[in-house]
Amino acid sequence: MIVIDAVTKRYPDGTTAVDRLTLEIPDGSITVLVGLSGCGKTTTLRMINRMVEPTEGRILLDGADVREAPVNALRRSMGYVIQHAGLFPHRTVIDNIATVPRLLGWDKHRARERARELMERVGLDASFAGRYPYQLSGGQQQRVGVARALAADPPVLLMDEPFSAVDPIVRKGLQDELLRIQADLGKTVVFVTHDIDEAIKLGDMVAVLREGGRLAQYAPPARLLSAPADAFVEDFLGVDRGIRHLSFFGTEGLELTAEPIVTEDATAEQVRAATLPEIPYVLVTDAEGRPRGWADALDRATGGDGELLPYGHAFTVGRDSLRAALDAAVLSPTGWAVAVDEQGRAVGVAAQEAVAAAIRSAHTAGVLR
Amino acid sequence: MSHGGFFEVPSDLQNTWWGLVSWQLQLTLVPVLCGLVIALPIALLCRRFGWIYPPVLGVATVFYAVPSLALFVFLIDWFGESDLTVEIPLTLYTLVVLVPAIVDGMRSVSAETRAAAEAMGFGTLRRYVQVELPIAVPAVFAGLRVATVSSVSLVSVGMLIGNEGALGNLLSDALNYHRPLLAWDAVISIAVIGVLLDALLVLARRLLTPWARKATAK
Amino acid sequence: MNIFGFAQQFFDAPGRWSGADGIPTRLLEHVQYSALALLIALVIALPVGLVTGHTGRGGNALAVLATAARALPSFGLLVLLTILMGLGLTPVMVPLVALAVPPILVTTYEAMRGVDPSLVDAARGMGLPWWRVLGQVELPVALPLILSGIRSGAIQIVSTATIAAYVSFGGLGRYIVDGLSQVDYAKVVGGAVLVAALALATLGFFWLLGRVLVSPGVRRSR
Ligand SMILES: Nc1ncnc2c1ncn2[C@@H]1O[C@H](COP(=O)(O)OP(=O)(O)OP(=O)(O)O)[C@@H](O)[C@H]1O
Ligand SMILES: [Mg+2]
Repeated sequence: MIVIDAVTKRYPDGTTAVDRLTLEIPDGSITVLVGLSGCGKTTTLRMINRMVEPTEGRILLDGADVREAPVNALRRSMGYVIQHAGLFPHRTVIDNIATVPRLLGWDKHRARERARELMERVGLDASFAGRYPYQLSGGQQQRVGVARALAADPPVLLMDEPFSAVDPIVRKGLQDELLRIQADLGKTVVFVTHDIDEAIKLGDMVAVLREGGRLAQYAPPARLLSAPADAFVEDFLGVDRGIRHLSFFGTEGLELTAEPIVTEDATAEQVRAATLPEIPYVLVTDAEGRPRGWADALDRATGGDGELLPYGHAFTVGRDSLRAALDAAVLSPTGWAVAVDEQGRAVGVAAQEAVAAAIRSAHTAGVLR
Repeated sequence: MSHGGFFEVPSDLQNTWWGLVSWQLQLTLVPVLCGLVIALPIALLCRRFGWIYPPVLGVATVFYAVPSLALFVFLIDWFGESDLTVEIPLTLYTLVVLVPAIVDGMRSVSAETRAAAEAMGFGTLRRYVQVELPIAVPAVFAGLRVATVSSVSLVSVGMLIGNEGALGNLLSDALNYHRPLLAWDAVISIAVIGVLLDALLVLARRLLTPWARKATAK
Repeated sequence: MNIFGFAQQFFDAPGRWSGADGIPTRLLEHVQYSALALLIALVIALPVGLVTGHTGRGGNALAVLATAARALPSFGLLVLLTILMGLGLTPVMVPLVALAVPPILVTTYEAMRGVDPSLVDAARGMGLPWWRVLGQVELPVALPLILSGIRSGAIQIVSTATIAAYVSFGGLGRYIVDGLSQVDYAKVVGGAVLVAALALATLGFFWLLGRVLVSPGVRRSR
């Protein structure tokens, strides 16, 4: 655990970047520091690995003041990823990644072996090993940056806006990759961003900082969305925080209707049997049960072979949130969301009303929680 | 009084100390000014036609590598032991220093500034002269300082080719008659002239580029 | 006769390629003085430039020092020191070293300052001690520029080492100075050609050095 204990940082020019900040950063999870530009996120992060020394207060790593350890040993035990990756232009990808292991005295062969392992872990093709950073895209460079930080298997990972310089699609890929890696490795990650969506997506805990380096709220993202501490946090979260809050509710409680699903080769008889009075459509699947589209129930039941309506997108039961279910219901031309299992087989459909009911009950439970 | 004071020049040089100083200044400044005048159009051409810059840079680097004494000697063939023989190589050195300084300075103008100028309707040549060149002024002056100060010092080598070295001519007398004071005189006078010219250039740069106060640390 | 004729006459003269005044001997002398002077200049200027550039302090002091050193006339200094100290290596080395120190010092400082600060940040964050940050990150990245500073110092030394002959030293300048006093124009031109060729060879040497020492990742990204 990293404990930031009443830490203040005043720069020589009088700027107070961080003001009596206290945070407990739990092990094995992602803690995000989020806030407007200049609110002291970077300063806080850099005090953890002593790139910046606090003016007051102390920082404890597993109970010991970070100032007790030799500074470079401390830093080698913490991976560090920055915005433009800061890759060494004179070293190839593989040698960039092997930097800290080499520093720790590993022999060249072992360090490179390890580097190759990490390239695979962060989703970089082995053919990139011999390239120089200028031959990589921004997103690839950032992957190398993450691999380099993980190379010596440090228990702590410090990340300062690592994904903010890449486009939204690549950023989403990198975020998913980070979550996947984190699920495998369980590092203690401290992640700085000014993007609240990124914070909510990645964080197990989110610390919202306000101007002048003061803590506005420190809570899990769901709590942040449901109960912002004050107007500043509320404003920072933005207008659709209610919708975003739904990402934290599962679809387990959602009532699914399994009847109106037929296979492509269903007979008129079968279609008639599947048709419900409250819905004039049936969902047509292929032979494996994967949804293909909605069909007019009456047309199908009379042997018609009319065109299928697209169903928008499906949500996966057990994995996706109520937000995804709501989105699927809203997007569907019939107003019914399609639910699939992990294999992509249609398991049921849910009416907008059913989603609304699920939201209501989740809301009651969530507020009480 | 055969061993005179600091400002007394041996009679065989047929000149006064002030005469030597003004000669020194002439041998220095004429080449630097000529160099600047020639460098500007060459630099503009290099800026306009990017492909000629690498070869120009190559030729400049090669010229820079040829020793001044060697150039002086080659030119005796055409101009005899005259001022021109000293001034032409120094002009070349100035060119060699200035052209890359100007081109690199102009190139360093940020893409935004360039785009803004273009959006305001500057034509290419106009943009070079009215936007990029002024922004390159600090770089040009950095080049001018190097060229001027080394020219001041190089002039004295002209002594070797028939006493064409202005203050440098004091050096042969110093050695031949073993009069250290004359050598001190030459070294100190030349160094002081160099430092003064450098200071003048710094001053001129400040007056010309009030917007670049911060960049004076260079 | 033009200078090509003179040069031809010089290179064809009997005994030119052997003996104490032969081209190989003079060339070797010239290279030795130059290399020694460059070595001394490097020992002085490189560490100072690297450390000041790394810390970012003392830039203004360096600029003043470099201007002062540039203003010192090499030839005057050579004559003055020879008169004061008599014939010897020191009067020859001091002006040559003074000539090469400013470009090496200033370029090294500038090159180090020019290294992307986020690289240094990343390196420090990974726990590299300052001397590794300097040696393994800043130096390799700044190397192309630093080499260009050393190159320009080296070329100035090679050209200027010619004047050592004026105070009875060896080297290729011997031909020029002797030729001038003997009114043997072929000898003067021949000497000048040789010095120019050596300076160009120096240029080539540094180009090669750059190919060998500078990482392709740095060379190509510039
Ligand atoms: N070295 C420094 N000297 C003086 N002031 C500094 C220094 N570094 C940062 N500051 C100031 O401290 C405050 C916090 O800076 P910090 O870099 O921690 O902000 P940040 O939250 O990371 O901002 P951003 O999102 O823009 O990266 C700012 O007001 C900044 O100007
Ligand atoms: Mg920051």
